[in-house]
Amino acid sequence: MNSMKPINRKARKVEAAVIAATGDVEALQKKGGEGKIYYPMGCTLNFTPGWEVDISGGTAGLCQPVERDLFDCHLGCGWPAQVPDHLNNAVDWTDKCASAANDWRKVDIVFP
Amino acid sequence: MSTAVLTPTASPYRLREYHPFEAAGEKFLYLVPSGAIFALDKIGREVIDQVGEQDLYKEQLVQLLLDRGYERRDIESALGELENADVILRGAAAPQMPKVPDATFPLQRIVLNVTNQCNLACGYCYEYSDDKISQTAGKPKYMDHAIAEASVDLLIRESASRPSIHVTFFGGETLLNVPLLRSTVEYANRKCAEAGKQVEYSLTTNATLLNEKIVDFLAEHKVGVTVSIDGDKELNDKMRIFHDGRGSYDVIVPKIKMLLERHKTNSIGARVTLSAGVSHVRRIYDHLIHEVGFRAVGFSPATANPDRLYSIGPQKMSAVLGGFEELAWEYRDFAVEGRQHGFTNANDTLKELHSGMSKAYPCGAGLGLLGVGTAGDVSLCHRFVDSPVGKMGHVTNGGVDHEARQDFLETHHLGARYDCHTCWARPVCAGGCYHEAFVHYGDTSAANLHYCDWIRGWNDLCLRIYGEIAVKNPSFLERFNEN
Repeated sequence: MNSMKPINRKARKVEAAVIAATGDVEALQKKGGEGKIYYPMGCTLNFTPGWEVDISGGTAGLCQPVERDLFDCHLGCGWPAQVPDHLNNAVDWTDKCASAANDWRKVDIVFP
Repeated sequence: MSTAVLTPTASPYRLREYHPFEAAGEKFLYLVPSGAIFALDKIGREVIDQVGEQDLYKEQLVQLLLDRGYERRDIESALGELENADVILRGAAAPQMPKVPDATFPLQRIVLNVTNQCNLACGYCYEYSDDKISQTAGKPKYMDHAIAEASVDLLIRESASRPSIHVTFFGGETLLNVPLLRSTVEYANRKCAEAGKQVEYSLTTNATLLNEKIVDFLAEHKVGVTVSIDGDKELNDKMRIFHDGRGSYDVIVPKIKMLLERHKTNSIGARVTLSAGVSHVRRIYDHLIHEVGFRAVGFSPATANPDRLYSIGPQKMSAVLGGFEELAWEYRDFAVEGRQHGFTNANDTLKELHSGMSKAYPCGAGLGLLGVGTAGDVSLCHRFVDSPVGKMGHVTNGGVDHEARQDFLETHHLGARYDCHTCWARPVCAGGCYHEAFVHYGDTSAANLHYCDWIRGWNDLCLRIYGEIAVKNPSFLERFNEN
């Protein structure tokens, strides 16, 4: 919280409730400490490539395009990301995309 | 950054319920009714100052803060936090009240009035004075083993899945019935071992009958002891006298010193009853700590109809608060240095503030605690034992009267005490003692309006002290973490 700091035990409970209600996925936003590179942890599996940064903190070493990320959110994950979901609303969104590395341009905009 | 067109949303921001206070140069909020304590950061202070001054719609407030150099992201998250923590709101606030617990709320403690007799005749005693409500005619003078054992059985049964229960021995003078103390402790130890529960004991005594054998028994069974004493000889002997009028000080002090010397397995506290002639808080505290050797001293004004001569009255009461204030700041000094101070009233309030207690009821009476009279009548608490008010069954004849208990809990819930609904101190006070209310207003469900200002003054003081300790020596507060 940036507006106030919890002092007693009840305030820490209130803080947890407030963060649950207003907080975002911190791991995707927080920077590492001073002089440190921050490696995000998220909902994709460890062995799924495609995070926005590689181990050096840049994008050069990524083994697949960043758009590969979309598939994890679109298919495997129930996370309410701003990605068309395969379950209900965009069942055929990736029909023309057999291989993400080659066909990612065929993944088009979806209008809800 | 482009300036968006401002379209006001539904309602302007308003402040919700809280009590602001300052300590060690910082600003704090005590939130009502949650009991949460927060230190305000810069942007939080700014939002509250602005919303407090004028009606502001969200877009206006955001613009105002942007103009003051805050970043939009910080403003948005601050407003979201303050709104979700119930500091500010848009629109009308729904009244927030704690829930009424259901009828199965488990019992945690019974208070056994092991006798209704006493060898002292203290003028202010609620059991014998003009304000007494107990009707002991026809009741046995001493509780017998069968009733005490049935009480323990009832406690074990009604405590449901609680792992730990507590038996308090009370009177009259508790030590007039030592044989019952011994047999009940032995019985409760055995029964609780069978039931797989922990059991703890405490008692209150006037100390006149203490001897080494009794003290060794108390130490062996880790019985917590509260000693009633009102200060030095002059002050104590004003009210705490034998039936022939002699003061009790000279009799009790050597025995108390022996108790403090021999009994080290549980806490031993002094309990001072303040009355018209006995309101010298500082003097009493110093005497009991430094001369007698207590490590903890608590004060409470005598419960009395205001017409009684010994009633402390509003003027003396402000002097008492002055004495409390002096001791409380001394407590703060000790706490900042990491030392324990013996002023129980401050310690207890700080502990409640630390956990952020938000009470639906002023105390555990009728909820986790019940009193039992010498004949086995179950009552709201020890103060209502053998009174027609607050009757809640019988230990052998039907057990706890759950219907009466539930009825009491519904009619005495904070939600039914309308006078309290606008008071910021209600999370810790919840209307005050039922017995005090009954003596003053003839109604257990009345809020104790005669000491509202005093309660608010005391809680504001303790909040400021809490804030100071939180800033200067936060590790001191960790001692309040265990339950």
